[in-house]
Amino acid sequence: MTRSQKTNGPKMSDASLHASTLREDEASFGDYFALLKPRVMSLVVFTALVGLLAAPVAVHPVIGFCAILFIAIGGGASGALNMWWDADIDKVMKRTKGRPIPAGKVEAGEALSLGLALSGMSVIMLALATNLMAGAFLAFTIFFYVVVYTMWLKRVTPQNIVIGGAAGAFPPVIGWIAATGTMSVEPWLMFALTFVWTPPHFWALALFMRNDYDDAGVPMLTVTHGRRTTRVHILVYTILLAILAVGTAFSGIGGPVYLAVSLVLNAMFLHGAWKIWRRDEDDSEADNFKVERSFFKLSLLYLFLHFGAILTEALLKPFGLGGW
Amino acid sequence: MSFKPQHELHQRRFGRNLGVGLSLAGFVVLVLALTIVKVTSDDFKLPKIQTLEQN
Repeated sequence: MTRSQKTNGPKMSDASLHASTLREDEASFGDYFALLKPRVMSLVVFTALVGLLAAPVAVHPVIGFCAILFIAIGGGASGALNMWWDADIDKVMKRTKGRPIPAGKVEAGEALSLGLALSGMSVIMLALATNLMAGAFLAFTIFFYVVVYTMWLKRVTPQNIVIGGAAGAFPPVIGWIAATGTMSVEPWLMFALTFVWTPPHFWALALFMRNDYDDAGVPMLTVTHGRRTTRVHILVYTILLAILAVGTAFSGIGGPVYLAVSLVLNAMFLHGAWKIWRRDEDDSEADNFKVERSFFKLSLLYLFLHFGAILTEALLKPFGLGGW
Repeated sequence: MSFKPQHELHQRRFGRNLGVGLSLAGFVVLVLALTIVKVTSDDFKLPKIQTLEQN
């Protein structure tokens, strides 16, 4: 036995070293980042930022930056925990099978560790940077998304998306609390806007990605109650959303800019929902769900522009403009 | 002794380590900035026990 074999065990060539310690599909930094659902995180960042800036108090830029960052990390952590739990259905659905765990790049246990570590870090850091109430709300949001929605409701009830939508609606509330340390009606109007927007947004997706949810056995409304019922639900929720969104114009976070934006967007959104309601499956099959797809795209713009209008009203206030 | 060209996996692992390193460094800078802002703010007060010792 050579000296190196005595000290290092069996002699390893470069090839065996690679085979034993490196995986061909070893994850890159980007794969771990993808566990945090960056696209969802961008929505969290934007709505939380609007909540923070719409609050009637001045926040130091560093504290504001930290608040948004830790809310985003908290949202990302819950995304990683969601991917850990849903790895089995993610690999079945076309939309999600490219995610790091079903693609075999990251182990489910790694996603769990990353999610738990970032959850704890983000909650503690947000509480230290801003206030305890903001930290507690972030902790509750992570709990709600991971335990109440992902682990419990998602696979049990067709109302999964309705109740689960609450988790995505919390960031502007957390942003507001991070700034003020107190609670008021306005952040809950922003919460309600996102909460009521979520079902028509996802049900439109479920209409044109139908096989995905069927194959995964997720009880989406399209699967359990049929596609006709889903179309009716989209219209009903869109009417409720329009009332809420336009009504928000007359609150402390609204104003003429918001009202104008909201009237136009809600007219377009109602028109889209009405067209979805009028159609049957043959119409949709004929044009490959063109109306449903455009409604889904409009829904993204709808939420972005509503929050953008709230932000505009807030930014105009220091100049004596904005609000009523 | 000859050196073989670096395997592509080493480069990928280096990218991952660099990402983690930069994230940690960013976190340290952020905590430092946050501490400075908190300590220099008008409503900052020393904990009571230290205030008593000073008196």
